Amino acid sequence: MSIWPEERLRALADDGFETVDMTINVGPQHPATHGVFRMVLTVDGEKVVDCEPYIGYLHRGLEKLTENHDYRQAMGWWDRTDYLAGMACEMAYCMAVEKLGNIAVPRRAEYIRVMMVELSRILSHFMFLGAFGADVGSFGTSFIYAWRERERIYDFFEEVAGDRMFPTYFRPGGVQMDLPDNYQDRVRWLLGSIRQGLEDFDGLLVGNEIFVERCRGLSPVTPEQAIAWGLTGPCLRATGYKFDLRKDEPYSVYPELKFDIPTGTTGDVFDRFMVRMAEVWQSTLIVEQCLDALSQMEGELVLNPDLPKTLRIDSGECYVRTEGTKGEYGVYALARGGNKPYRMKLRSPSFCNLSALREMVIGTYVADAIIILGSLDIVLGEVDK
Amino acid sequence: MMLFADPLFGLPAWLDAVIRIVIVVLAMTVIVVYSTYGERKLVARFQQRLGPMRTGPWGLWQGFADAIKLVGKEDIRPKNADRWVFELAPYATFIPVLLTLMVLPFAENWGVRNLALGVFFVFAVLGLNIVGILMAGLGSGNKYALLGGIRAAAQMISYEIPLVVSLLCVVMITGADTGNGVGTLNLNTIAALQEDRPYIVLQPLAFLIFFTAMLSELHRAPFDIPVAESEIVGGYFVEYSGIRWSMFQLTEYASMWGFAVFGSVVFLGGWAWPFGVDSHWAVQLATTFTKALAIVVVIIWIRTTVPRLRIDQLMNFSWKVLLELSFLQLVVNGIILYYEWPQELLALTSALGAAFLIFLIIRHASARSTKGLLGTYRTLGASSS
Repeated sequence: MSIWPEERLRALADDGFETVDMTINVGPQHPATHGVFRMVLTVDGEKVVDCEPYIGYLHRGLEKLTENHDYRQAMGWWDRTDYLAGMACEMAYCMAVEKLGNIAVPRRAEYIRVMMVELSRILSHFMFLGAFGADVGSFGTSFIYAWRERERIYDFFEEVAGDRMFPTYFRPGGVQMDLPDNYQDRVRWLLGSIRQGLEDFDGLLVGNEIFVERCRGLSPVTPEQAIAWGLTGPCLRATGYKFDLRKDEPYSVYPELKFDIPTGTTGDVFDRFMVRMAEVWQSTLIVEQCLDALSQMEGELVLNPDLPKTLRIDSGECYVRTEGTKGEYGVYALARGGNKPYRMKLRSPSFCNLSALREMVIGTYVADAIIILGSLDIVLGEVDK
Repeated sequence: MMLFADPLFGLPAWLDAVIRIVIVVLAMTVIVVYSTYGERKLVARFQQRLGPMRTGPWGLWQGFADAIKLVGKEDIRPKNADRWVFELAPYATFIPVLLTLMVLPFAENWGVRNLALGVFFVFAVLGLNIVGILMAGLGSGNKYALLGGIRAAAQMISYEIPLVVSLLCVVMITGADTGNGVGTLNLNTIAALQEDRPYIVLQPLAFLIFFTAMLSELHRAPFDIPVAESEIVGGYFVEYSGIRWSMFQLTEYASMWGFAVFGSVVFLGGWAWPFGVDSHWAVQLATTFTKALAIVVVIIWIRTTVPRLRIDQLMNFSWKVLLELSFLQLVVNGIILYYEWPQELLALTSALGAAFLIFLIIRHASARSTKGLLGTYRTLGASSS
């Protein structure tokens, strides 16, 4: 519903009173674009008539850079794709290299990896919850609430890897080193804190009628549309289509873990939000099971001991896809001998999800365009590669 | 306590007025400096932070440090800005707010001037505020500013009506209290009439409407649409810097305190309740200040908690809910006062109306309630295979 009735506007136009659409440039420096994304909105009053996204401000050419680095050296670049969940990207990269070189991974390492990936998922989703709250306008409170849990998880990452956002903890063939003493007990404490944080969000945002009013029924997406647009991850599951690579094409130790795939019903902004909240809860369950399994295999190897000092892969080609935090995170790798990959290609979920933005925002209000962009949960490091 | 009714020390009237203005302006400046500090501290506590801690003990000098920084900053004017409109806009917003402070009774007859048409004067002058905001929006040569200015104007027009009507409800009742059947617009008299009970007891609905409309007039969350940080990056004052920007900040806080004092005088009994009209002027001053502070704290509390409404939802709420309820209150008051039914009936009907308003909001929210959705996801996870 428009503020000004359509007939009135038309009558004014008939009297020779012309309205002109205005273009607004949102970004690359704008608080709502979560990085250096730019979109040019064409607005008629408060209504969005057209939207043109511009990307590439964060392009570092990491696919090409990977081709110029040793297999292990290139790891650092892949942390920087989805920089909110570095471990999840390392997982996909390592799986691709392992598949190329037929490298076995010890079981303990697999469990540690899955645990870290799920913690990364929590990290990334908390970032979404907080930033989305800020997009809807809750003056940073949700942001700080999310930050509390994120800082705690980052501390745990720092402890195993020495770095917070870009841990480079995984290696082709396992993980860099075993968990520190007493780590697992503290992770259990962390899970309690995460669940409490989730409850806080439930009270702060989901229980708020303004928040619900803003998000419910906004830009609903049907499963058919979502598939046509190439949406994956929470944005696809919010439409009710149950597709999660951890279940549908299980990798690593996911088949041995019990968890559920939360789905929405209408695919609107609110469902995208709720699916992510529910996924955080499911991830805590997964981490718990990993901890149980890890306690059964104390002292086992975490890195394949038979690996040479320099990884050389003669030839091979593979596409590995994992359920990243934003959707299907796929790595295509091509090796033609030597210690470097011949070609590496990233199928980044943020990029594919972002391509649906234009269709979603047309016809909404300016304020809605901002939260639709927020609900897609893009990471510019992944979009621009 | 007629000490302050006459000119101070027998001075000529104009000199007396100047002295009083200087006192009010200086006091207001100090209060504004400390309310920015107080708001930052309070918001920090709501967000589990400490807030300013480095400048002086508990960061007490932060406000002054900010002021010095702002004065020292470069005063930038965009090239395509309309020079005089742009440069005069901060003053055009500030002066009306300053003028409203002239009639507020901080204690018995303790104000700059005790006007017989106090309530009328406040709204006549405060309405001019929007001119400055529109000047800033149009003169900045910035589309965000333009959107912000237009939004502010639309919002102002919508919420002025319920605000004024809710105050009229109180003014009607003063007619029954003065004894001669004639109501008063004199703020000092309105406060004195509430010696036994504040008007919030008789008119809770009017108070709710007043408070909501006040939040909107102040551009405070959840109605901070004209200055929406995550959408239009500060709205009408996006292009201002240095001293002109701080004029807008000064206006914002001064009008917040102005409204808080005004609301405490009209609805919460001002200086008269609960210590009576014969109490010492210092007690009266402290009473007014405490009540105003309570209102300010609630405003800040709301700001840190709730997300922002969308412009059409804001309009709908004003025109479809608040306007009708405020007029209903006016009519019911008229009937009760005309037939001289007991005042308890006023309180009863208004409380019923307030309950109805709250019921409307809760029903609207619970029709699409999602409270506990997280809970369902959680149990789903436990029952999965």
